[in-house]
Amino acid sequence: MTATMTDAPPPAAPKAEGAPRRSGRSLGMTLMIVAGALLLLAAVRMITGANQLDSAGQVGAALGLAVPIGLAGLAGLWSERAGVVNIGLEGMMILGTFGAGWVGWQTSPWLGLLCGIGFGVLGGLVHAVATVTFGVDHIVSGVAVNLLALGATQYLAKLFFAEGEASEAGGNPKQSPPAESLPHVTVPGLSDALASVEKHHWFLVSDLAGIVGGLITNLSVVTIIAVLLFIGSWWLLWRTPFGLRLRSCGENPTAAESLGVDVYRYKYAAVAVSGGLAGLGGAFLALVTSHTYLEGQTGGRGYIGLAAMIFGNWRPGGLAMGAGLFGYSDALQLRNGGVTVHALLLLLVVLLALLAGWKLYKKALLQGVISAVMAVLVLVWYLLTDEVPSDFVGATPYVVTLLVLSLSAQRLRMPKADGMRYRKGQGK
Amino acid sequence: MNKLTQRIDKERLLLGIAAPLLAIVAALVVTTVVILATGKDPGAAFSDMATYGFASDSQVYILNKATTYYLAGVAVAIGFRMNLFNIGVDGQYRLAAFIAAVLGGALTVPGWLAIPLIIICAMATGALWAAIAGVLKVSRGVSEVISTIMLNSIATAIIAYLLQPGKLGQLDQAGTLVSTKPLPSSSYFFSFDTGPAGELWGFIVVAVLVGIAYWFVLGRTRFGFDLRTVGQSESAASASGVSVKKMIATSMIISGAVAGLIGMPTLLNDSHQFSNDFPAGIGFTGIAIALLGRNHPIGIALGALLWGFLERTTNHLEFQGYDKEILGVIQGVIVLCVVIAYEVVRRYGMKRQQQKVGAELAAQAAAATKKQEVA
Repeated sequence: MTATMTDAPPPAAPKAEGAPRRSGRSLGMTLMIVAGALLLLAAVRMITGANQLDSAGQVGAALGLAVPIGLAGLAGLWSERAGVVNIGLEGMMILGTFGAGWVGWQTSPWLGLLCGIGFGVLGGLVHAVATVTFGVDHIVSGVAVNLLALGATQYLAKLFFAEGEASEAGGNPKQSPPAESLPHVTVPGLSDALASVEKHHWFLVSDLAGIVGGLITNLSVVTIIAVLLFIGSWWLLWRTPFGLRLRSCGENPTAAESLGVDVYRYKYAAVAVSGGLAGLGGAFLALVTSHTYLEGQTGGRGYIGLAAMIFGNWRPGGLAMGAGLFGYSDALQLRNGGVTVHALLLLLVVLLALLAGWKLYKKALLQGVISAVMAVLVLVWYLLTDEVPSDFVGATPYVVTLLVLSLSAQRLRMPKADGMRYRKGQGK
Repeated sequence: MNKLTQRIDKERLLLGIAAPLLAIVAALVVTTVVILATGKDPGAAFSDMATYGFASDSQVYILNKATTYYLAGVAVAIGFRMNLFNIGVDGQYRLAAFIAAVLGGALTVPGWLAIPLIIICAMATGALWAAIAGVLKVSRGVSEVISTIMLNSIATAIIAYLLQPGKLGQLDQAGTLVSTKPLPSSSYFFSFDTGPAGELWGFIVVAVLVGIAYWFVLGRTRFGFDLRTVGQSESAASASGVSVKKMIATSMIISGAVAGLIGMPTLLNDSHQFSNDFPAGIGFTGIAIALLGRNHPIGIALGALLWGFLERTTNHLEFQGYDKEILGVIQGVIVLCVVIAYEVVRRYGMKRQQQKVGAELAAQAAAATKKQEVA
């Protein structure tokens, strides 16, 4: 923004953005895109015969893997909307896994879930003290929180799980004794019906049945809670005065302060909620994905959640999509992924070809040619091989994130004061 | 006037030392509390750490460890100096060490040629891997924090794919460890024999040279000045004719090249091959050490030595009935306290300076009015 623009706005400034234009796309457009994606997916499945592409098992596994990433991303969303970059999510998730494992095996898994959240909040508060009260650089503080969380949980796990009753119940320094499982929900009747439809491998119909079946079969209660939290966060942050104030702390804290908002308190609240959500994500890993706390269980999911949030342009809907993408490609690795990812190469070819056509139509010659060349290269790869090596399947989400970010980073808009130091009463 | 600047400098020095001291004291207090909470005697633990840590064989071990950590700290610090968070040091050094080990195992040229080739190969690999993040940042605006995290995971996948028997790896006799072809003994780096205390890795010389180069380039050259300017204010830098994008890409590449060196002490002095138990996660240690040393060449060295000392001595605590996992707690507390202490001290220093300037101005004003009254 240049100085002249802020100093002397033209009196008859054109109303660039009308009132109702909010997130860019209308509902109809979104539905069109979803339908198009489904058609494309169905077509690729028919051509390649890779039925795992959208089977209920695949979708269900993807959902289970997407939830912790999504919760981590939601945690990042809360704190970054209030202007605090939270790279300590990984550490808060680790605290969550530990808290859940520790209380979970001794009492009920529900209390374990709560304890996971509580430990996450503690981690969030440490981050808030460093960044908000002391004004430490946010990434620096986040790295420190990650280090501290890892060290503390390793130490405590050695103390709590390696001796006495815990070790008799199956604990060791790197693992807690198993906790009981949380209930799962299956919609009776419908699940079986969908499964039988899916088996016929009809074009589009079976694809739909597989996806819906995966979403309603053997669903963990925590997954439902996570979905509710997503909707609740959206409502709270974008539809209430509290949310407006919280987001104003991330956009322009000085302006918020001038309107009487206690910026410190809002930032503290946001980072504490963020820690709690990350802790819940960790607890999900400890209590739903497996039944114990395991050292190194989070496996960098805090960072991935952050990437999913940026991918989703700091909005809950986009973030959910990003988390779904990561969950899906994670699930591929578990379930005979080589063949399925190989089928996805064809999808990539189609998408790249479409992109090339669009860019050429728009007269962006260089980008168009690059996309076309990429499409041809991937096509050659597809035709010459039968399977993608499993090590590369694991790397798929990271490569996809890099690609998506490099294609769309310029259209992303982070909260304006995200990561900036704010001191009360010292704004200009 | 001369006197005044001298006094401020001394004060700044004091303030500079105050922060890490404050942090270490805080870490000691927290550690004491933690050990007390488990019902054991912290005093004996500390005295064991001190006596064991200063034994001569421990010192050699610590210096060897610190060599690696120092290079990691410098690699991270180069980015930090211009507000770039190169979290990807971890992937850069692992990929670099792997490729260099493959090259070293395949080379049949004499050592004086092979060793520089291996080192250059490692630096080039690290630089290339970092360049991806740098180019994405300047051309597409992708945050380097996210892209380097992704590149770390991709590097892990590439190494896992290539390091397999039949590809670039081979199984050892026990059948548990996959490694690259070992380096011929002519490609071993020299080391200092310190008798019973063990061998001091010769790569420490390279680490010292890197430290001197880091100090010289950043503090004494036009390039270093530009780099620091970009770090402090991008708009000021571009106004004075510095191409910010070029600086970002260049410093990312240099950071990656230094990151490529991190695996070299281990590869050339110790393991002589890259196996699946090659030390991992040193990139993150480097972040902690760069923070601890405040990106200063000597500060980083002290941080690296402290880390080596802690690692060596907490490991020994296991034999005294303590838990060696206390290491993570100590390290985490130190880093967190250090970053907070720096901020507190910075604020205090700024306040003192403002007060001083205010007092001076007031004195001047008072003198001026007095003169006027006299006249």
